[in-house]
Amino acid sequence: MSTVSTPRPRRTRRPTGGLARMEQRWGVLLALPVVLGFLVFTIGPMLASFVISLTDWTIGGEVNWVGLDNYRQMFGDDALFGTSLRVTLSYTLMAVPLTLAVGFGVAMLLNRDVRGRGLFRVLYYLPVLVPSVASAVLWTWVYNPEFGLLNQLLRGAGLPTSRWIYDADTALPSLAIMAAWGFGNAAVIFLAGLQGVPRHLYEAIEMDGGGPWARFRYVTLPMMTPTIFYNLVMGLIATFQVFNEAYVMTQGGPDNATLFYNFYLYRTAFTEGRLGYASALAWVLFVVMVAVTALVFRSARRWVYYETGDGR
Amino acid sequence: MTTTTGTGTTRRPRLRPARALLHLTLCAGALVTLFPFLWLVRSALMEDGQIFAAPPEWVPAPFAWHNFSDALTARPFGRYFLNTLAIEAVVVPGVLLVGALSAFTFARLRWRGRDVVFAVLLSSLMLPYAVTLVPTFVGWQHLGLVGTWVPLTLPAWFGAGQMGAIFLMRQFFLGIPRELDDAAYVDGASPFTVFWRIVLPLSKPVLIVVGIFTFIAVWNDFLNPLIYLADTDRFTLALGLAGFQGSYTAQWGYLMAASTVVIAPIILLFFFAQRHILEGITLTGLKG
Repeated sequence: MSTVSTPRPRRTRRPTGGLARMEQRWGVLLALPVVLGFLVFTIGPMLASFVISLTDWTIGGEVNWVGLDNYRQMFGDDALFGTSLRVTLSYTLMAVPLTLAVGFGVAMLLNRDVRGRGLFRVLYYLPVLVPSVASAVLWTWVYNPEFGLLNQLLRGAGLPTSRWIYDADTALPSLAIMAAWGFGNAAVIFLAGLQGVPRHLYEAIEMDGGGPWARFRYVTLPMMTPTIFYNLVMGLIATFQVFNEAYVMTQGGPDNATLFYNFYLYRTAFTEGRLGYASALAWVLFVVMVAVTALVFRSARRWVYYETGDGR
Repeated sequence: MTTTTGTGTTRRPRLRPARALLHLTLCAGALVTLFPFLWLVRSALMEDGQIFAAPPEWVPAPFAWHNFSDALTARPFGRYFLNTLAIEAVVVPGVLLVGALSAFTFARLRWRGRDVVFAVLLSSLMLPYAVTLVPTFVGWQHLGLVGTWVPLTLPAWFGAGQMGAIFLMRQFFLGIPRELDDAAYVDGASPFTVFWRIVLPLSKPVLIVVGIFTFIAVWNDFLNPLIYLADTDRFTLALGLAGFQGSYTAQWGYLMAASTVVIAPIILLFFFAQRHILEGITLTGLKG
């Protein structure tokens, strides 16, 4: 009945002989589709993109090798490249902290002894699910200077109104506020993190006479740093790649105030057909993102607290 | 400090006003969060005259149900809906089957190089999509497949862009007791049998989560349809809505009606599957 050559006690299975060979064969076989997909859809295009970035390839034109000219042009005389990078960075600096702060605050409130916590969690999470094109259409209407929700409310309260996404000064903050509408994702993750903070730590600090601030500062905050770190990294990666809002709501305007990097890249590649230059833009974005992520990971050593011996 | 309850538990007595304030704040927060939805639905159901009234009115009179029928016939949204469902029907099973098989091999089979391969695959999570965008497009163009659904569906069957899902499933599979596999192997089962008969039936929760997330991601995807689809007959809902917005700029009643139709199925799905979805979010967050 048994096909295993050397019968062993079950609990200490160590693959030997036939079983080991079978696992090796099947293991590789089952990994093949994903590995193939990775080569064809990730590594291949990634390398190709770098090669293309060294050419002046424009759709319909001939292709010439130009070395690093595209990169030189970006840092030399392409004002829009600088603008788009600045726009994306400042948007990130607004949207990510705002979303995380709101999410954290709401999670703190929900972590109290709240009746109907489940319902609140569902309601707060709803905006996250709205397809981003639909939420862009909706917020265009919310921000409408004449008849939009916000200006109507402000006018009703006798407060000054704003031109929101239609003014170069307020467009980017307006989009950051809209992004913060999706705080529910961070809130749900924060809430789970808060519920995982061991109770005995709170008891200990109360025993020492610590008040609410001490509880927060010396227990909640340190224990939550891994969760904050996770939300921060995920937020950064997503925010760096914002595209839909610019395409649907502002077309990068007014006056390039919302010229997100990926929108500029899309326009370069698919409206102007400059595939070589767009590829160079993509690689610079990649390098910037790796640098920022590496920086965040490095800084994590200083502020993220990992309980040793925790977990499996 | 001021523990007055005699039971010696950790719970401190809560002041009633404080509790009331907490609930009031949460309700106010919920109201602010839901306000754009109210604005959406009320605008979708109003005649132009009422939409632009100042101060804003909140109850449609009369209910302009025709906004929906008008908007949905101004553009073939029914068609877009079916198109989106067709793409879902290819992508979701692909992610579940290929993703689960990959997760299985990375979680439960031992083979040389496994962990290195997995780490390399996982690193693609950090890769900005822009880096692969142009060459992938050029490639599909060479194959004459731009304008079809192939670029939107086939990659999922090779796990492309699905490492998040695979990671999640792998984590789940790691938690299933190994003794089950071993017993089956002793009985002469093949790894595929173990996968199909033992691991999959025990993994319904994670399969549901991944299925729902994939469904939502496809539903919301905008950039890929935008790049690959040109013929309006093949448009997805998200793409169709963006096009609609472009040509009906000031018709807010129509636009909001169309947006409602794009949003509603996802909200509906959420209400039926909210526990799975919210647990899935926390799972990704805490294990990541």
